[in-house]
Amino acid sequence: MSNASTPLRRFWAEFRENKVAVVALIVMIVMILLAVFASVVSPQNPYDLANLSLMDSRRPPGFVGSGGYTHVLGTDPQGRDLLSAIFYGLRVSIQIGLAAGFVSLTIGTTLGILAAYVGGRVEALIMRLVDLQLAFPAILLALVIVALLGQGKAQLIGALVVAQYAYFARTAYGAAKAERGKDYIEAALAIPLSARLVVMRHLLPNCTPPLIVVATVQIANSISLEATLSFLGLGLPVTEPSLGMLISNGFPYMMSGRYWISVYPGVALIILIVAINLVGDQVRDQFNPRLRK
Amino acid sequence: MLGFIIQRFLQAVVVMAVMTVIVFCGVYAIGNPIDIVIPPEATQDIRDEVIRRLGLDRPLYEQYFIFMSNLLQGDLGRSFVYNIPVLELIGGRLPATLELVLISVISATVLGVSLGIYAGYRPDSWLSKAIMAISVLGFSVPSFWVGLILILFFAVNLGWLPAGGRGDTVEIWGVAWSFPTLNGLSHIVLPAINLALFKLAMMIRLARAGTREIMLTDTIKFARAAGLSEGTILRRHLLKLISIPIITVFGLELGSTLAFAVVTETIFSWPGVGKLIIDSIGVLDRPVMVAYLVLVALVFVTINFVIDLVFAMIDPRLRQGATA
Repeated sequence: MSNASTPLRRFWAEFRENKVAVVALIVMIVMILLAVFASVVSPQNPYDLANLSLMDSRRPPGFVGSGGYTHVLGTDPQGRDLLSAIFYGLRVSIQIGLAAGFVSLTIGTTLGILAAYVGGRVEALIMRLVDLQLAFPAILLALVIVALLGQGKAQLIGALVVAQYAYFARTAYGAAKAERGKDYIEAALAIPLSARLVVMRHLLPNCTPPLIVVATVQIANSISLEATLSFLGLGLPVTEPSLGMLISNGFPYMMSGRYWISVYPGVALIILIVAINLVGDQVRDQFNPRLRK
Repeated sequence: MLGFIIQRFLQAVVVMAVMTVIVFCGVYAIGNPIDIVIPPEATQDIRDEVIRRLGLDRPLYEQYFIFMSNLLQGDLGRSFVYNIPVLELIGGRLPATLELVLISVISATVLGVSLGIYAGYRPDSWLSKAIMAISVLGFSVPSFWVGLILILFFAVNLGWLPAGGRGDTVEIWGVAWSFPTLNGLSHIVLPAINLALFKLAMMIRLARAGTREIMLTDTIKFARAAGLSEGTILRRHLLKLISIPIITVFGLELGSTLAFAVVTETIFSWPGVGKLIIDSIGVLDRPVMVAYLVLVALVFVTINFVIDLVFAMIDPRLRQGATA
């Protein structure tokens, strides 16, 4: 290892040793960039109805459409260029995954640390609720909430948050509970620092590593869950299709052999999820002291 | 122990009561069922009559109390769409779901445990690595996507297996089952694989982790020292020792597979409860939605209650901790 000075640089030096994780990280970054610059890299704006022609619908990959360019991955039932639709769909999927992930992270961590720090009745109440919720599968909770709230981006994110915050709460609680009993917290309280300062400056930073791991896994899970809900017709409105919606739209045409409408968005979805999971696995291994030599 | 059982039981009852309130209020809050039930050309008199008959003109809390008192008498109302008692409707669909779930979970467990033991027993062989790769895929790839690919491959391209429906059924004690007929069985294969894949991945991991841990223990060393054959060690000692977590997960998974069946049933048009609930959400058939959610909550609360009791029986520390 070269002059590994800062923790971040040491972390990266170790990360770099796992070639699979590095490739996954690159794939992940490329996909995020494609999503962010979807409007620049796409041959067509798939949301602009003026651009679409029904003459071009359901064409196989390689078809040269009325726009004069080649549809590398074919077109969908509305005549959208599938490659463009995938880039835009990636954007919607990543947006929702990140939004749901961060809101659940915030809510879950707050609840978990509150329970661990305050203890007593509050702890019992919060953790009972969390345990109870963890007993139900996330897909079922999300399904129910979406059914109850109706369709829309905010509703969907809300459903994903309700389905997932408990994982963060459990993790934050476990970490904070262990840290709470340590001497440095007692020392900080004895100085005396305010409870707020102790939590923000000392307790929270020491709970971060496991939370980062859970966050990567849960963002991948949100993306997958969103796709599943959209596929079931309970996700987003059709106007802004996420990857799951694109797959769902293509499903009826699969029986007649027009596989590309569903298959390519699905491939994009899987590459994204697997890449995030592989990066998450490596981060988890690096944070796990038991695996350190 | 009795105190613990009573405590946990009361807890379960409270959870159920809270769930019914949430579900009822939540479902009440969405959409207007009147538009579905009454044709737009109906006169105002008919509209009022139907609204009154369905009890939709009363305040929410009254509707809830009527719902609860009916529920406790085993009456979950009538479906707006099918106009038959909801319980009958769900009961009619339940065998299809049960059949699918049981076949998936059992085959996933049998196959997953065998593969997992092998992968744990010979962790460095190429076959073990292949098994683990499958399990990583089973965890990462969304199950609806796997279903799609299965259909594309085996139904559309190869034409070996049907893509949807239940096929021929046989009546046993008045209930239709698919698995006894060859045609019915061929319809189950794809959805069962689809539903089983995630469980398979999980069982592989569990069995592998357990095997690796237990192979290093003294039990196995002494068994080897005593001259037992590897086969006997596997069957008599290893399998027994890894079975405890596997049985626990098996129970838990049975419940969550029921939930996941919603996705699989939708893809393969399998006429089970999951398909029913998705269709009901689509048309806002409120009594069906409420009944399904209440029943699912009941299943999960019951499973958790039973698991708590079993754990408390196995581990006395738990019941002391909980009653203190």
